[in-house]
Amino acid sequence: MAAKKKVVKKVAKKVTKKVVKKTTKKTVAKKDAKKRTVGPAEKIGKKDLKSVALISIEEVATEVLTEAKKGRLPQMSMPQRNLANVTYDPKKGFFELKGNMKTRTLDVNSVKTFAQTLRLMSLAQDMVGDDDFATKREAYYVSKNWGEAKFNEQRESDTVLDDIEGMFSVKDVTREILRFVPEEHGGSVVGALTVIDRDPETGAEIRSDCAAMGSGAYTVPSSVDHLGFETTAEFIIAIETGGMFQRLNHHRYWRTANCILVEMGGVPTRATRRFVRRLAEGLKLPVYAFVDCDPYGICNIYRTLKVGSGQAAHVNKRFCVPTATYLGVTPQDIIDFGLEDATHPLLPVDIKRAKDALKNDPFFQSYPKWKKALKQMLTMGVRAEQQAFAKWGLNFVIEEYLPVKIKQAKKFLP
Amino acid sequence: MQRTKDGIGFERPQIVEIRPRHRQTFRVAKKAHLTAEQMAKSQREISVSEFFAKNRHLLGFDNSSKALLTTIKEAVDNSLDACEEAGILPEIIVEIHQLEEDRYRVAIEDNGPGIVRAQIPNIFGKLLYGSKFHSRRQSRGQQGIGISAAGLYGQMTCGKGPRIWSKTKRGKMHAFEMQMDLTKNKALITKDEECAEWHRKQGTRFEIDIEASYKRGLRSVDDYIKQTAVSNPHAEIRYQPPTMEEHRVYERAVKDVPERADEIKPHPYGVELGELMKMLRNTNSRWLSGFLQEEFCRVGPKVAKEIIKEAGLGERSYPTRIAREEANKLYRAIQKTKISSPPTTCLSPIGEKRILEGLRKECDADFYSVSTRPPAVYRGNPFQIEVGIAWGKPGGDQLDVDAKGRIKKTKRKRTTDTEDLLGNADDTIRVLRFANRVPLLFQLSGCGFTKSVMQTSWKNYGLSQSKGALPVGSAVILIHMASVWVPFTSEAKEAIAPYPEILKEVKLALQEAGRKLGVHIRKGKKVASEFQKRSYIEKYLPHVGIGLQEILNISIEEREEVVEALRETMETTRKI
Repeated sequence: MAAKKKVVKKVAKKVTKKVVKKTTKKTVAKKDAKKRTVGPAEKIGKKDLKSVALISIEEVATEVLTEAKKGRLPQMSMPQRNLANVTYDPKKGFFELKGNMKTRTLDVNSVKTFAQTLRLMSLAQDMVGDDDFATKREAYYVSKNWGEAKFNEQRESDTVLDDIEGMFSVKDVTREILRFVPEEHGGSVVGALTVIDRDPETGAEIRSDCAAMGSGAYTVPSSVDHLGFETTAEFIIAIETGGMFQRLNHHRYWRTANCILVEMGGVPTRATRRFVRRLAEGLKLPVYAFVDCDPYGICNIYRTLKVGSGQAAHVNKRFCVPTATYLGVTPQDIIDFGLEDATHPLLPVDIKRAKDALKNDPFFQSYPKWKKALKQMLTMGVRAEQQAFAKWGLNFVIEEYLPVKIKQAKKFLP
Repeated sequence: MQRTKDGIGFERPQIVEIRPRHRQTFRVAKKAHLTAEQMAKSQREISVSEFFAKNRHLLGFDNSSKALLTTIKEAVDNSLDACEEAGILPEIIVEIHQLEEDRYRVAIEDNGPGIVRAQIPNIFGKLLYGSKFHSRRQSRGQQGIGISAAGLYGQMTCGKGPRIWSKTKRGKMHAFEMQMDLTKNKALITKDEECAEWHRKQGTRFEIDIEASYKRGLRSVDDYIKQTAVSNPHAEIRYQPPTMEEHRVYERAVKDVPERADEIKPHPYGVELGELMKMLRNTNSRWLSGFLQEEFCRVGPKVAKEIIKEAGLGERSYPTRIAREEANKLYRAIQKTKISSPPTTCLSPIGEKRILEGLRKECDADFYSVSTRPPAVYRGNPFQIEVGIAWGKPGGDQLDVDAKGRIKKTKRKRTTDTEDLLGNADDTIRVLRFANRVPLLFQLSGCGFTKSVMQTSWKNYGLSQSKGALPVGSAVILIHMASVWVPFTSEAKEAIAPYPEILKEVKLALQEAGRKLGVHIRKGKKVASEFQKRSYIEKYLPHVGIGLQEILNISIEEREEVVEALRETMETTRKI
C-alpha cells in the first residue's frame, strides 16, 4: 500500500507543479466568492411563446384545410432529424440544423400519420389553453380513444411528437411549451445552490437549499424555465454515475470545493441539460463534466451535454451547455494516474462508436485535441470507469484526482 | 413357312424362323424331347381376338370402371369422326343404365351419316379393321381396335354381342344384333330387322351390355364427357349417367364443323427401313425415281435424283427388285438428303377461338389465355400444338378499375355448380391433355405433355411451383396435339411419347400463353395491393377531418366537405 501511495503522490506532485503558477489568480477569486442570483428565465418569453404556439397550430391546420379545398394534397414539412443534417460552429457552441427538410404529403401511406399529427396538435392546443400537460406516455394513451387512428406503440406517438416539435422548432416552440413532458425525471443536484420555485396551486415562493438535502438531493423537475437560483459556488461538476455522485455528496466534496454537483445518470435529459445551462449562463459558472473514459461517456454523454443531440437538433439551442469542458476521465489520465491495470478492453461497439464519431460527428471533427484523445483511446484499446480510482483507495478521487485536475481546468478538453 | 399373315394383315415373305435352336438343345432331359414336326402341331395362328381376350388391359379394359370409360370413349370418338367427315354438326347421346350391380347397358347415339349394312360386322365386330390406320390424316381413331374391342369385351363379360341401329340418308333404319367369333376375328349378324320411323334422319346407335362399375370424379366417364365438350365445342352432347333422371346437356358453343383435314402421303423422314421395303414391293411405279415421287410427299424429280445419287442406285431401277442391302442404302440416303417439311393441310387444329369457347363454356374462370404454335414435324409426321389456360376461380371479391382510376369491389357469384375443372388456389393445377380432340385421362405422370408443363418455369408467370413439379394455383392448362399420327406410349392411347420436338413445341406454346397469364396475375396483384392501400383512406381520412375540426372549430358540414374533397383528390391522383 505504502509503495503505491508513494507512486501516486509522485505523479500528482508532478502534475501540480506544472499548474501551480498559473492557477494562483483563481485562488484569489475564490476568496471573493459572492452570492449571485438569477430569476425565472421564461417570464417574458413564455407568454409570447404560448400564443406563438397556438397561432402556429392554427396556421398548420388552416394550410391543410385550404389546400384540401383547392383540390390539392396538403403537405407538412419539418426538419430532418439526424446527424447528417447538423453543423457545428464552435463560436455558437451547439449543433445546428443545416436546413434539410422532409415533407410529408398526404397520401395513402401517410394518411394515418397525418391524421395522428393533426389530432396530437389538437391535444396540444387544448393543453396550452388549459395550462395542463401530458407525459409522452399519457399522450399515447389519449390516442387510444381515437378508434382506427390510435397508436399501437408509444414509439409511434413519440415519433409523431418529435415531428410536431420539429415542425414548430422554427418558431422556437418546444415540446415543453406544447405541454408534452417526458416522464423521466431530471438529474440530482447538491451543493451551494438555492432553487427558487413556486407552488403550482398557490403561487407562493418555495426555496430549496441544495446544501440542506441531508444525504439526499434536489431533483431537477421536467420543466426548469420558471426556476430562479441563488448561489455562492464557483463551478459545477456534472457527474455521469450515481455511485460517484453519492461518494462526493457523502464526503461533502461540494463544501470543500465550493461547487455544485449534478448527477446526470447516463445521457442527461433535456431538463437536466437546460438546468445546467441556466446555471452556467445565468450565474456565470464554469461546468466540468466528469464521466467514464469510454466512447459512450465521451461521444454520447459529454457530447450531448455540451452541444446537444443530432436527433433533437431543432431544440439544441436551449438544451445544451456550450461552455462545458471535459474534466475527465481522459485517456491520458489512465497513464497519469496509473490506472492501466484497472481498465477493461474496448468492446466492438465501443470501437465502432469511437470510429463513427471521428468520421461523422461534426463536434469531434472541429477539435484536433478531441481527435487526438479518441485516437489515443483507440490505440490503447482500453476504457476506464470513474470508479476505477478506487484502486488507489476509496477517497483517492476526492483527495487527489479532483483537486489536481481542477487546478488545471483551463487545460480541460474542449 | 405357314404364317404368311401377321396381325396387321399384309404379306411378310422370307421370314426367318425366329425360334432359336439352342432352346431345344438345352432342354432338361427327363421328358421326351419333341421333334420339330411334333412341335409344329401345337404351333398355330393366334387370332387378334384371342390375343385381346387375354390381354385386355393393353386396350384399356383392365378394370371394370375403366372398361366403362373405354367403351364410351371409343364409341364417342367414332361418332365424332364420322360426323366431321360427313360435315355434320355432331349431336351425340351417351346413356348408361344400370342392369345389375356390376352390369351396365351403354348406348351411344349420333346423327352421323350411318353405316351401310355390309360394313357393320367389319366395323363393330372385327379387330384391327378400319379406315384410319393406313391413311395419313388427322382423326381421333387410329388403329381400328377400339369399338370392336368394346363389343368383344361386352360379349365376353355379359354373353351378348353389340346391337347397332343405323340409318343412312337414303336407306331405312335397321336394327342389327351381332355375335363375334373369337377365333376367326369375325362377326356374324344374328338379327337384322327393318324398323319403322326413327327420330333422326340419319345416324347410328351402338348399344352393349358390359361388366362395369360407375364412378365419379377424376378419370370418370363424367370427366371424359366434360373434357370432350371442352375440346369439341361444335358438338352437342347429351349425357345420361345412371344416377340421374335427366340428361345432362353440354351445349354447342360454335356452329361450324371443323375443316376436314387432307390426307397426305408419308414423308420420307418418317419411314423406317422395314416400311420402306414394304412400299418398294407394293408400288405400281416402274422406276425408282417415280416410286419416290409417287409414294412420298415433298419429293420432286430433283430431290428424287439427289436421293438416288446419294444411295448409288440407278434412277431407272425397278423398285420391286431392290434388295435389302440396296434398300438400306436408299434409307440412309433419304436421311442425308435435305427434304422440306411435310404439308400441314393434313392438320385440323381446334383453333384459338374454339379453345376459348370450349373453356369458357365448361370451365368458369376469371381469365383465359390461348396460344397456337405453327405446325412442326417429328419423325416426318406433321403436328401442331395448342395451349389454353383458364385461371382464377370466380366467386369472392372482384376488383374493377373504372375510367377515373377508382377501384370498385363487387361480390361475384359462382355461375356453375357442376363438377369443376378448376381447383383451389393451393392445389396443383390441372392439366387437360388432348390428342386430336380426344381427352387423355390416364397416365398423367408418364405423359410428354406433363413433362413439358413441369419443365416450364411458372414462377415467371405468377404461379408458384416447386422444382420439377406441376405449378400450384387455381388454374387449368389445356394442351392439344393435332397430328396425322399421334405417338401414344401404348395401345390404350393414354399418354404421349416424349419426342423432343413435341416437348419443345408444347413448352413454347405454354410460355406464350403463360406470359399473357403472368401479365394478368401481376396486374391483379397490383390492383389488390392498391385497393388495400386505398382502404387506408377510408380508415384514416375521417380522423384528418376530426383533427381539423377540433383545431379550427369548423362545422360538421365543412368537415365532411373537406374530407370528401381530400378523398377525391387522393383517389384520382393515384395511378394503377
